[in-house]
Amino acid sequence: MVVQDMPHGTLPLLYTFHFYLFGIIAIVSALLFVTRKSPVAAALWLVNTMFSLAALYVMLDAQFIGVIQVLVYAGAIMVVFLFVIMLLNLGQGVVGDARGLGWKLIAGAVGVALLAQIFALTRSRTPVNLTLPAGYTAQQVERTGAITPIAGPLFNEYLLAFEVTSVLLLAAIVGAVVLGKQRGEGDAG
Amino acid sequence: MLAEALFFSAVLFAIGVVGVLTRRNAIIVFMCVELMLNAVNLTFVAFAQSYGAAGQVFVFFVMTVAAAEAAVGLAIIIALFRHRQTVDLQNINLLKG
Repeated sequence: MVVQDMPHGTLPLLYTFHFYLFGIIAIVSALLFVTRKSPVAAALWLVNTMFSLAALYVMLDAQFIGVIQVLVYAGAIMVVFLFVIMLLNLGQGVVGDARGLGWKLIAGAVGVALLAQIFALTRSRTPVNLTLPAGYTAQQVERTGAITPIAGPLFNEYLLAFEVTSVLLLAAIVGAVVLGKQRGEGDAG
Repeated sequence: MLAEALFFSAVLFAIGVVGVLTRRNAIIVFMCVELMLNAVNLTFVAFAQSYGAAGQVFVFFVMTVAAAEAAVGLAIIIALFRHRQTVDLQNINLLKG
């Protein structure tokens, strides 16, 4: 968002409050997601996390990414997950699938180590000549709309990557069809 | 808001890693991987705010790869289920010999 008539670095209290609110909703939903026994409940809590992340994206001046997050992640990918859960009939007769204590200790240690590493990284300073002026992206969005700042680099610097992505998607479609096919008569594989 | 976004992202990523290591249901492990990808996306968007919108382009690519991964991965899980009638990773030990 564009901060006007404000000293550098201060943000309206309402903005900060909502930022923390959605961040905490995302983390609590994620915690509930990894602790649910039922795959359906877990998937729905993950959808909740993704919605809160979309809100965070909008507040971080990435409105287009926020929309895509809701459409593609919460809308398409999670529906595919729920569809597979339904197809395999995993929603009923829920049994715990948590691993033993040894695995939990290992996981806790790895989690704590990862958090410590990332916090150590956030303490390091980035070179000043890399950073743009404060509020640059917000002003760009204000000036040209939310899509132009993404479309520019996507179709210029990253055009080759964009084209390779289409090949990747084609390969994924072919792979999914081949893997999902019933092994039947006239099938050599 | 950069520091706060990085904090949320780090916590979400760690939750995803812990989920991958502690759950045995293949579909839930897969969803934990999606959670980790989402956490990284939040980092990209947070940095894009002060280092230019090209970071958002990378979020775009990550989402495409996640979609492709979900399609192929879920097809593999369905094929495995057809073969073994389970998605419990402890029962899927074909490579163990």
